[in-house]
Amino acid sequence: MSIELKQVTHIYSQGSAFERKALDHINLRIEDGEFIALCGHTGCGKSTLVQHLNGLLQPTEGQVLVNGEDINGEHVNRRMLRQSVGLVFQYPEYQLFEETVAKDIAFGPKNMGLDEAEIDQRVRRAMEHVHLDYQKYANSSPFDLSGGQMRRVAIAGVLAMEPSVLVLDEPTAGLDPRGRDRILGIVKDLHHEGATIIMVSHSMDDVASLATRMVVMVNGTIAKTGSCREIFKDHDLMKKAGLDIPSAARLCQELRSKGIHLPDDLYTQEELHEHIIRLWKEAKGC
Amino acid sequence: MLNNITLGQYYPVDSVIHRLDPRMKICLTILMIICVFLCQNLTGFLLILLFVIGASRLSRVPFRVMMKGLKPLRFILILTFLLNLFFTSGTELFHVGFVVITREGLRQSIHYSLRLIFLVVSTSLMTLTTSPIALSDGLEMLLSPLKVIHFPAHELAMMMSIALRFIPTLLEETDKIMKAQKARGADFESGNLLNRAKAMIPLLVPLFVSAFRRAGDLAMAMEARCYHGGENRTRLRVLHISRNDFIALGAMLLLLVLIILVNIFVPKGLIL
Repeated sequence: MSIELKQVTHIYSQGSAFERKALDHINLRIEDGEFIALCGHTGCGKSTLVQHLNGLLQPTEGQVLVNGEDINGEHVNRRMLRQSVGLVFQYPEYQLFEETVAKDIAFGPKNMGLDEAEIDQRVRRAMEHVHLDYQKYANSSPFDLSGGQMRRVAIAGVLAMEPSVLVLDEPTAGLDPRGRDRILGIVKDLHHEGATIIMVSHSMDDVASLATRMVVMVNGTIAKTGSCREIFKDHDLMKKAGLDIPSAARLCQELRSKGIHLPDDLYTQEELHEHIIRLWKEAKGC
Repeated sequence: MLNNITLGQYYPVDSVIHRLDPRMKICLTILMIICVFLCQNLTGFLLILLFVIGASRLSRVPFRVMMKGLKPLRFILILTFLLNLFFTSGTELFHVGFVVITREGLRQSIHYSLRLIFLVVSTSLMTLTTSPIALSDGLEMLLSPLKVIHFPAHELAMMMSIALRFIPTLLEETDKIMKAQKARGADFESGNLLNRAKAMIPLLVPLFVSAFRRAGDLAMAMEARCYHGGENRTRLRVLHISRNDFIALGAMLLLLVLIILVNIFVPKGLIL
């Protein structure tokens, strides 16, 4: 499923004293199967942008096309759209409300009007996706779980609608490293299974290891899109957008300044690992 | 749907009226209400009108904003006017079919509507020119003599300030949760009353959970900073009564005296 934004502008509280332009003529095309990382400084319009992708916000100007169809057109079923473009908000655990985990996850599929058997199937599949044991957790209260588990329940609640595009707004914010790795693992698996992923993230480490393409936003506009490699190389842009380079790249820079021969375009932990081990083996070979 | 709710209607400009002491403004408003209720004839209402116009010009709040407070009251106003007009007995002025208009009815309907209008306009003049925080500060100081009889003036004002502080936060939160549930296919807009009430559950449960969480956090943060009620507490903004406050009080007392004099000496008009 492709998503295309054409000249999308969004102005909050238009006509009042609090008028603020959050998006300014955004053009973006997202292809099937991509893993997009949406990056930028706080308040640059990322969250506003993702809310346009499933029609929660309507552009003040411009169009959002999903599979070539304007989603804000008259004959579009918004509920259908929200099932195919799943949106996981920031801190999604604050949206949990049901008595049991299973019931909460079933909320989305129930709203789709599926039958009981299908709903149950989907709840089980979704829980499996987020690594929550059905037997153990299905009947416990979501409010008794840990923060990381609650977040996984909330993500399962969106996955149960089986969307083909999954949008995540900072899914790892406020989690400990283990919880973070869990969530990222889930997202990675989903991408491998063919879902299109759009993820807002501040962590360049996560972005470097997962994303197939980066979109960098500055002040409500798209400053640049391209592969992580291209973006990380563009130091001016990174500075302008207020982004850090990945920690692997920083370590690499330091090693290079100490005279160790490493290439200057290593951005993920794995790449750096490989090179360091190769260097070590060469040194040992001597 | 949530961005058109404005709470606390404070209109932030700088003016003589804005700078008046909030305690004085509360007292002046009470005096104004007394004036409005004492007033018995149109000459008096004319004086009140002039006073309100003068004060609103000094406050630099646009006329349009002042009148906004009347909008939700328009049906009550119309109803008050019509009920008093048609259902007051007295000397008949004229009649249309079986509907009789009496002199007393006309008098009462006009007076009651004018009272309502002036009540709303003068109190909103206060809320428009006083920030909610200043207002609750003022209220606390005015109520503090009641501490003698164990009236919790400080606690009341603190609760008011906290409530006011968190209203925008909760509104924002409501909007966020609403969107999150919509993203899961929730429907808040269609269906009959029962269904719509049911659809609120996914909104209200998370909202309550987060309100309680916030309240707990806030209590903890206040304790951590050794908050223990009003005893010996100093304040950041110490209120001062200035010359302007006395001038305003003088003007208000003058109005009160004039209204009483008008009531006694100016004869009621033939009709009004």
